[in-house]
Amino acid sequence: MSLQTTIESSNTNSTYQPSLPWGRWSIRFVALSYLLVMLIIPLLVILQDGFSKGLAEFWRQISLPMAWHALQLTLWTSAVMTIINTIMGTLTAFVLVRYDFPGKRLLNGIIDLPLAIPTLVTGVMLVILFGPQQALGAWLKDQFNFSVIFAPPGIILALLFLTFPFVVRSVQPVLMELDRVQEHAAATLGAGAWTIFRRIVLPPLSLPVITGALLSFARAIGEFGSIVIVAGNIPFVSQTAAVYVFGEVESENRLGASAVSIVMVAIAFGLLMFADYLRQRSKGRTA
Amino acid sequence: MSVSSSSRTAQLQIQSSLLAWLDRNKSKLGKWTLIGLVVAYVAFLIVTPISALVVGAFQKGIGASIASLNDPDVFVAFWNTLWISLVVVIIHTVFGTVVAWIFVRHRFPGRNLINGLIDMPFAVSPVVAGYMLLLLFGRNGMLAPVIDALGIRVAFAMPGMVLATLFVTLPFMIRELIPVMEAFNTQQEKAAATLGANGWQTFWRVTFPALRWGMIYGITLTFARALGEFGAVLVIGGGVQGHTETATLFIYRALDERQYIGAYSAALALGLFSLILVLGSDWLRQREH
Repeated sequence: MSLQTTIESSNTNSTYQPSLPWGRWSIRFVALSYLLVMLIIPLLVILQDGFSKGLAEFWRQISLPMAWHALQLTLWTSAVMTIINTIMGTLTAFVLVRYDFPGKRLLNGIIDLPLAIPTLVTGVMLVILFGPQQALGAWLKDQFNFSVIFAPPGIILALLFLTFPFVVRSVQPVLMELDRVQEHAAATLGAGAWTIFRRIVLPPLSLPVITGALLSFARAIGEFGSIVIVAGNIPFVSQTAAVYVFGEVESENRLGASAVSIVMVAIAFGLLMFADYLRQRSKGRTA
Repeated sequence: MSVSSSSRTAQLQIQSSLLAWLDRNKSKLGKWTLIGLVVAYVAFLIVTPISALVVGAFQKGIGASIASLNDPDVFVAFWNTLWISLVVVIIHTVFGTVVAWIFVRHRFPGRNLINGLIDMPFAVSPVVAGYMLLLLFGRNGMLAPVIDALGIRVAFAMPGMVLATLFVTLPFMIRELIPVMEAFNTQQEKAAATLGANGWQTFWRVTFPALRWGMIYGITLTFARALGEFGAVLVIGGGVQGHTETATLFIYRALDERQYIGAYSAALALGLFSLILVLGSDWLRQREH
């Protein structure tokens, strides 16, 4: 995933004049109007619609118990997923970079699978595995009274599946570049494995780890396909914000749909901008 | 007394030898614990669900799965998915290249903000994406008068579904191309220009071949994402059986109607198709390098 790549300003590029001025302007016009039509107009339309009846009505729609619960459920399941994914993703990247073992290449290939599998199909997979009529699902329910499907654990599992590559692929290249001289020095001075990891390996990894975590969280907020299959549409139990918006669109409650949509878009935008800011800042430091 | 003291010494001996063994193999033990943990996690999270789908699809035998897919609705659904994806890939290849190009080569006001906005479709819920288009093109939508005057149907029809998929897949091509374009050395282009090539010749003969792999990867990711799109096409297309139903919408409806074999088989077919696409381009790239 190269979403984490941003544009660097490089002097050789900006002084380079590829063709005639009118060519430059027309190509710029084409590109910007494409982005305007595809991206910016749709985003503005939803803002306009959500605030069309004023701020008070917007707040009323957000604070409806069902909408509020859906937003809360979305945020906490995404947060739990992000914590687990950050720890396991960093660990996976570490194992893949530092150790040699049979099946390493296969493991490395499997990590990208979630990017290739439609999220709806992910939901179907989890239902087959943990559904109440299936062997495993029924056993968990009987023995531990633990439901995965139509409950928050299913949402967290689905989110973990589809965001797994983000942290791994963000940490892996940085870990590969890391100079190991300092680690050897620390080991010579008597530092234990955990101290070395915490004091020497982890600090340069903090940026890719945080960026990967932010991307996972941003991606999870809006997830629909897998969640609607795994969690269904049960208000106050397993209805996430995206599923709530879908229900409101179906029942033609425009204001409710727009208000919750705006909250989701705002969270996504904030997270992406923050990730972008962190990347820019670290580039400024190293340059 | 002596018995217990001798057993105590034996216990201490075992303990100390165990500690010595642990000490000697500490790094090895740590290594294999971590590897075991990661392998177990990946097996549980990714491999098990995928295997469950394969088992689920073939639980009544391969014949039953194939029979369940041999249905006109399934053909229409997969056909719709395929051609929506193809149109989306073509549009993004052309315009995505142009956008990536101006981002790498041009400086203009608002560039940083737009650069941030490009990633938005990645985080905006597909449901919200479909809903935005409904607000624009729906029955009471802002552009409804224009659309009616032109006599085209966008909402609950193919054009709307193409637009929704375009929105959702917007970042992939651009994000794949920007780093490749940045790494590309402009001296080659200057050399071509010095030798008398015009702008178009330089692009086609020098720049394009260098960008080829970024483009192939961008196309693959866009295609895979388009094949799997669900929320946005559900909202804007409505999923009318045999009409605006795509492969994902068929799977959704089949599950709802408890046609489990059909749903699982279609899910497996769609997943495989998408997987072959991504693995195929990976394989091509590895063969080249």
